[in-house]
Amino acid sequence: MIAQNIAFAILALVATLAALRVVTTRNVVHAALYLVVVLASVGALYVLLAAEFVAAVQILIYIGAIVVLFLFGIMLTRATIGVESDLDNDQRWIAAITGLFLLGVLTFVLVESFGDDQLPGLAGVSREELTAQRGTGAVGDAIFSTYLVPFEVISVLLLAALVGAIVLARRD
Amino acid sequence: MLVNQFLLLGAVLFCIGVYGVLARRNGVLVLMSIELILNAVNINLVALGSVQGPEAAVAGQVFALFVVTIAAAEVGVGLAIVLLIYRNRSTVDLDEVDLMKG
Repeated sequence: MIAQNIAFAILALVATLAALRVVTTRNVVHAALYLVVVLASVGALYVLLAAEFVAAVQILIYIGAIVVLFLFGIMLTRATIGVESDLDNDQRWIAAITGLFLLGVLTFVLVESFGDDQLPGLAGVSREELTAQRGTGAVGDAIFSTYLVPFEVISVLLLAALVGAIVLARRD
Repeated sequence: MLVNQFLLLGAVLFCIGVYGVLARRNGVLVLMSIELILNAVNINLVALGSVQGPEAAVAGQVFALFVVTIAAAEVGVGLAIVLLIYRNRSTVDLDEVDLMKG
């Protein structure tokens, strides 16, 4: 339990600091690279929560595909590679106040409603049982039985988004 | 581990993302902040699922996977739109895209 808490503390700290850098850095490419750090720490947090398939998908799709897409976007819009001074607009302070207010409200609500609720410990559960209950196989079974219709819908959505992106971005 | 550890981390990432969406000028950076928000939601889905036992844990993971897919679709279309704005107005500065302003 203590080891898990230490791991959580390190990952949460890294994720928070990197996320702050994503929204404050003055270099667009650095923002994309800090985003990689955030996504990797969140992936490690999924491992802490015994969700290894989501962690793998997080690394593969987010870091492997989405960040590369972002780098392509940065390249194609010819952003300055290097420090840029006017990446933030004039509403920065209002935005900071909004964010802090939202954080205050969310913290209050979460502490109020979840308090000291513990995550159920997995220490007594054997590895085979854990894999059978919530491992990759169980997730795959759920996707192709209970959630089959949403899965098919999401495939069509992804196809539509792909076609839409090509139609939007191609030159006539 | 407390449930609240994960939920509060999700809240922090969410608020940082909201700040980024409001404060950034560059369209690509706004899309990155939206990714932060979606990640916060995913942490919440997986953490809240694993509170309720194995069946809910699987449900939470499946929903997180769906959110990842939606995020991929969103980034694809979003970047195409940003690219189109860049091509038409040769800027990605969202403050200068004010055609709808009266």
